[in-house]
Amino acid sequence: MPDTQQLKDLATQVRRDIVRMVHKVNSGHPGGSLGCTEFFVALYNEVMELNEGFDMDGIGEDIFFLSNGHISPVYYSVLARRGYFPVEELNTFRLINSRLQGHPTTHEGLPGIRIASGSLGQGMSVALGAALAKKLNNDNHLIYSLHGDGELQEGQNWEAIMYAAANKVDNIIATVDYNKQQIDGSTDEVLPLGDLRAKFEAFGWDVLEIEEGNDLEAVIAGLQEAKTRTGNGKPVAVLMHTVMGNGVDFMMHTHAWHGKAPNDEQLAIALEQNPETLGDY
Amino acid sequence: MKKYTFEKKIDTRSGFGAGLAELGRTNDKVVALCADLTGSLKMDEFKDENPERFFQTGIAEANMMGLAAGLTIGGKIPFTGTFANFSTGRVYDQIRQSIAYSGKNVKICASHAGLTLGEDGATHQILEDIGLMKMLPGMTVINTCDYNQTKAATIAIAEHEGPVYLRFGRPAVPNFTPADQKFEIGKAVMLNEGTDVTIIATGHLVWEAIEAGEQLAEAGISAEIINIHTIKPLDEEAILKSVAKTGCVVTAEEHNFLGGLGESVARTLSTHHPAPQEFVATKDTFGESGTPAQLMDKYGLNSASIVAAAKKVMARK
Repeated sequence: MPDTQQLKDLATQVRRDIVRMVHKVNSGHPGGSLGCTEFFVALYNEVMELNEGFDMDGIGEDIFFLSNGHISPVYYSVLARRGYFPVEELNTFRLINSRLQGHPTTHEGLPGIRIASGSLGQGMSVALGAALAKKLNNDNHLIYSLHGDGELQEGQNWEAIMYAAANKVDNIIATVDYNKQQIDGSTDEVLPLGDLRAKFEAFGWDVLEIEEGNDLEAVIAGLQEAKTRTGNGKPVAVLMHTVMGNGVDFMMHTHAWHGKAPNDEQLAIALEQNPETLGDY
Repeated sequence: MKKYTFEKKIDTRSGFGAGLAELGRTNDKVVALCADLTGSLKMDEFKDENPERFFQTGIAEANMMGLAAGLTIGGKIPFTGTFANFSTGRVYDQIRQSIAYSGKNVKICASHAGLTLGEDGATHQILEDIGLMKMLPGMTVINTCDYNQTKAATIAIAEHEGPVYLRFGRPAVPNFTPADQKFEIGKAVMLNEGTDVTIIATGHLVWEAIEAGEQLAEAGISAEIINIHTIKPLDEEAILKSVAKTGCVVTAEEHNFLGGLGESVARTLSTHHPAPQEFVATKDTFGESGTPAQLMDKYGLNSASIVAAAKKVMARK
């Protein structure tokens, strides 16, 4: 298992990958990707139990679902650097004939992806279905999922949240990227989410919060704590407080970089703030 | 005209229930989900025999479709059950992204399709579902005509890898398909060979087509009658072979003429063998409350309409 410094180096490299990928095609979603870099690095390199190689059914391993598919850059970078596909393929992000579509898909056969996402609000239901399959298969591995906070405005989430608690689906850890930003502004400006913790708890979930969602060690500790809460008759939610655009100073604390690519000059600044660690793709 | 008989009338949804129950006993990968319509969908037998493989989702169809997609990851074969309206239009984007585009092996089983849902009225009578579902890449679309065909189709789609939309209905209708007839996805069923006009029917209109064929025979008209249960992929070979012989076609379905079986047949003909066609279908309208028989009569979905359409299309040859 990699040590903390190695994981931090990986996170820095992933941030480089994100801004370079988005810059190259002048499109994509860097803000949320940067904000979830520590989460993805921790999940795929420290937290989840994974088999070698990729099999759609994921028998005997933990499974992750990305519901807010627009943060595909961080997903692709971490999957590639975990060995699911060649790192060089990050060069093809959003290009014609690529397996790295704008939003993740199974359609092009990219290893690591088990569901298409991008149209928001669908991932929780899918993750719960996979959790039910694990129970039927007597497979005691876990399902992890990630959801945008703004994404929780989609009603299907609350159908799923109600279902999970009522049916004691306690082998899932659903994390919310709680950055309080969405395309049109802050979540408070667009449609306030209210007391998210109280809402999940009222629906019957066990909720824990990671206050420093961009502190790698805090994310690891939080997810490890979440693991210990599984198997107790309640689904587990993690409210992970993050900063959109984390690690690139001019992208932080604003919704402006939700879906906007940096220009050449801005890219240079972003890369300067995130020096190469493991080698660019 | 070949003679068709039946012992009794029975609803197609009961054929689904029987098929699902049989799958419950023979295929442990099969799981079923229902959104608070277990009795209406006739899923009780499966539920009672396999409680651990049955998922009551409550009135939350979007979540049900997502759960079904997720259950395939781990090797399950999920069958979802609710009314056709709530199986399609209500959850179109969930089906599109999480099932069709994701290539998931989900069987979307839809009862109470079309006007014959009856008294509940237009809010529940979907006449657009075939069109919605056939437009999704990779989706197989099946509309069965009687109990035996629905039971056989239910069993057959479990063996088919990929998403399927299986459409059936509420009312008791003649059960004339032989119980041992093999259900082949994408393969037309030749009901009567004829030379003057081809009648292509699906779902509840198949029995009406048989009755129309008898009436036409009395008038000296030889009708070839084809049951298309699989609207996608369409058995183009069977259609083209028949129309090459008869030179004209009537399509009959309990669905809007926009987007239904008729349009699929028209595309096939216009591409390969242009021929006159008449559509027995609803004409871009919503339904309304009434008994199934009253509605089928008012909206022209019966044997009399098929006979009239056959005579009309023959005159256009």
